[in-house]
Amino acid sequence: MRAPRTTRTTALHAGAWWLWALGLATAASRTTDPLLLGLLVGVAGYVVAARRTQAPWARSYGAFVKLGLVVIAIRLVFAFFLGSAIPGTHTLVTLPEVPLPDWAKGVRIGGRVTAEAMVFALYDGLKLATLLICVGAANALANPARLLKSLPGALYEAGVAVVVAMTFAPNLVADVQRLRAARRLRGRPDRGFRGLLQVGVPVLEGALERSVALAAAMDARGYGRTAEVPRAVRHTTSALTLGGLLGICAGTYGLLGASGSGYGLPLLLAGLAAALGGLWLGGRRSVRSRYRPERWGWRACLVAGSGIAVAALMIWAGSYAPAALHPPAVPLTAPVLPLWPAVSVLVGLLPAFVAPLPPSGDRADRAASRGRAPDVGPRVKEPTP
Amino acid sequence: MIRFEQVSVTYGDAAAPAVQGIDLTVPEGELCLLVGPSGVGKSTLLNAVCGLVPHFTGGTLHGRVTVDGRDTRTHKPRELADVVGTVGQDPLAHFVTDTVEDELAYGMESLGLAPDVMRRRVEETLDLLGLAELRDRALATLSGGQRQRVAIGSVLTTHPKVLVLDEPTSALDPAAAEEVLAVLQRLVHDLGTTVLLAEHRLERVVQYADQVILLPSPGAAPVMGAPADVMAVSPVHPPVVALGRLAHWSPLPLSVRDARRKAGALRERLSGVVPPAPGAGAGTPPRNASGPDGIAAAVSGLGVRRGRTEVLHRVELTVRRGETLALMGRNGAGKSTLLSTLVGMHEPSSGAVRVGGLTPHRAGPRELLRQVGLVPQEPRDLLCADTVAAECAAADQDAGAPAGSCRAQVTRLLPDVPDSVHPRDLSEGQRLALALAVVLTARPPLLLLDEPTRGLDYAAKARLVEVLRALAAEGHAIVLATHDVELAAELAHRVVILAEGEIVADGPTDEVVVSSPSFAPQVAKVLAPLPWLTVPQVADALEATA
Repeated sequence: MRAPRTTRTTALHAGAWWLWALGLATAASRTTDPLLLGLLVGVAGYVVAARRTQAPWARSYGAFVKLGLVVIAIRLVFAFFLGSAIPGTHTLVTLPEVPLPDWAKGVRIGGRVTAEAMVFALYDGLKLATLLICVGAANALANPARLLKSLPGALYEAGVAVVVAMTFAPNLVADVQRLRAARRLRGRPDRGFRGLLQVGVPVLEGALERSVALAAAMDARGYGRTAEVPRAVRHTTSALTLGGLLGICAGTYGLLGASGSGYGLPLLLAGLAAALGGLWLGGRRSVRSRYRPERWGWRACLVAGSGIAVAALMIWAGSYAPAALHPPAVPLTAPVLPLWPAVSVLVGLLPAFVAPLPPSGDRADRAASRGRAPDVGPRVKEPTP
Repeated sequence: MIRFEQVSVTYGDAAAPAVQGIDLTVPEGELCLLVGPSGVGKSTLLNAVCGLVPHFTGGTLHGRVTVDGRDTRTHKPRELADVVGTVGQDPLAHFVTDTVEDELAYGMESLGLAPDVMRRRVEETLDLLGLAELRDRALATLSGGQRQRVAIGSVLTTHPKVLVLDEPTSALDPAAAEEVLAVLQRLVHDLGTTVLLAEHRLERVVQYADQVILLPSPGAAPVMGAPADVMAVSPVHPPVVALGRLAHWSPLPLSVRDARRKAGALRERLSGVVPPAPGAGAGTPPRNASGPDGIAAAVSGLGVRRGRTEVLHRVELTVRRGETLALMGRNGAGKSTLLSTLVGMHEPSSGAVRVGGLTPHRAGPRELLRQVGLVPQEPRDLLCADTVAAECAAADQDAGAPAGSCRAQVTRLLPDVPDSVHPRDLSEGQRLALALAVVLTARPPLLLLDEPTRGLDYAAKARLVEVLRALAAEGHAIVLATHDVELAAELAHRVVILAEGEIVADGPTDEVVVSSPSFAPQVAKVLAPLPWLTVPQVADALEATA
């Protein structure tokens, strides 16, 4: 029962992490109680701390947390200067109000800032930040390349494009750093915005050259080889995909519109089925095979299940205790931690015990980069151009 | 296995064909080396084998190229992927995935091999190339030699009959280069793979070749033959061949071992002669020029950290004016970091750095420019304008030098470069000279070069040696970080060897280099225990004793 170390065989399916994280995110979207939201962030953070690897994408978690804080700050700044529709009695400050013309009725700049409005904005921002942090957790725990590998064959090429783009961004950053350093060698200031602008063209040139080189390498390694497919199959594929997409559009329109609720759902389902059929048939054109695809084991079921359970329990809590999930900003009250929803959020901690441990090699790597090992050289070196 | 029949390639708007009159056959199971000066179309020829020329690069290919019976005119590169494996100059540009194991599998996935076959071949290739330890590592964290081996492995898994490699060892330190060459040897000997490779650093590869194809000059017909025969007439040749030609040895030795067997008489003749000091031609370094004026840079107790890693540790180094110093050591030993610390790109975590009275990381770029200049590993990083003339004007302005001073430097370093050319269109050697001219415009007493001979042919290298010698004679202090032992032997008064961020050897070139198995130049290995380092040294001595 003890969790094994992650190897390629025991690695958790990337989809499981995403389902878990989306479950937490769904739960977060159902409440504005800051204590519950904090608990969700805590749960996500604990699992990330316990199970993330040393891979580059695993470091993105910190960035997402910062992004969350920025979102809260922006929400508060807006509420402060633009006011809000929340009535309140506790005035914090009164800003001078900017007189606006008639056509801008309903918009207010400056004016009274109430504690209630700020608290409401804080809760709201916190909810958004929690959503972001949940996505960040999935990003840190699941290898994005592996997730794309699970796409159906017909979408494979789109997946490769995304993977290439993802390795592209870090290269671009490295290029910018290198070229800014080179500016210093020319005796020009290497900091400041102008310096950044002036390296723009060479960086883009370099990026373009790299992509051409990569395209050549991929071509020479057999990327884009296709199998001969009978004409009939090709035509059926196009017909199914096109028809399916049309069906999905019309079905959605029907569902959202008031009049077509009768035909909307069946049309949507039929469209979906046709599009999936098209994708499946389209996959026959690709000759690709998959090397060691990830398997969906019972641990993956538990991880994904815990996320889904948190979401389901929270939705259910929304029906039995709606008030506890949405502490009112008017009148100002101290938020309380509702017991049962809190317990259901804790279900999300399950992955910290059942998911495979990060590989021990990671620990060794870290030790090696702290001490000295013969082959850690390039890690300390700027990427060779 | 590979047949070229009357092949000529003309690119889009070029006036003359890049290569023409190519008519040759590479037999199965041979290691075939393609040599020639820069710009004769070696890469064009290599890319014609895998079909990237003309399908990917554009241009017109006349004649016919067949690989294992498949015509590249009718087969696109992707349809040749199962017979030809291609590795370009930069392995990083070749990688599509992010870990070693996925990279090895990528080619097979594209070909649609069955999962069990793929699994087996990945394991076999991991063993063949000694990569088993690295299987889960991210590609970005590998060293240069490891990357090159992964790149080779990634094309090997599809079991190609032909392997095409463009300069597989030029970015590598001597030990890593040997790793890669050992792998190639093994492929040719054990698996019967046909290998076609182009390389500038002939001293590393020529003894392994079964056949050599020489492209003597642009547009000239290729010469193909046994390595010793071709080397006898080749304009590009390694020092051991130059020594053999000088001593009239026949057949020409290609490896140090062959040369040593023949060198008995030469050793005897030279044993009474004292070789001139290394770095000769630049005069003896002013070792006695003590006092603050004679010192271009002083580093004491320097430590530099990047993240948690200590890249440099208690480095002590003094560079005097007029002295040329070679910084050597394996990839990632901290050479580049030491150079960039001298120009203030890294803040020392301990110790002190003084360059001409300034502390580099605190000095403004403008003042620093007048004290120290660095030509980075990729000279192009330094160039930002779109013509040579504009580049020179910008350099004059940056340095506060009178207009035309940069252009004068350019003319001195490379006489035949027109003003209107885009720096990107220059050859590697010309670009290096332009970057050097830009740096020299501010007349810094200390000049740093990071891996200057990467991608240079022997002619360009010889020109660089001349230029640097003249600069040292004028009183510049020069520090070279290099893997090129021949360059160090020709230029450096002093060699400093770094290992894992610490200085492990520091002394006159002949003392440090002769005793080291990996850093000794070929001439030193052939004539050991005599302390001769370069062919010109020996030639001068022979002339004097004759």
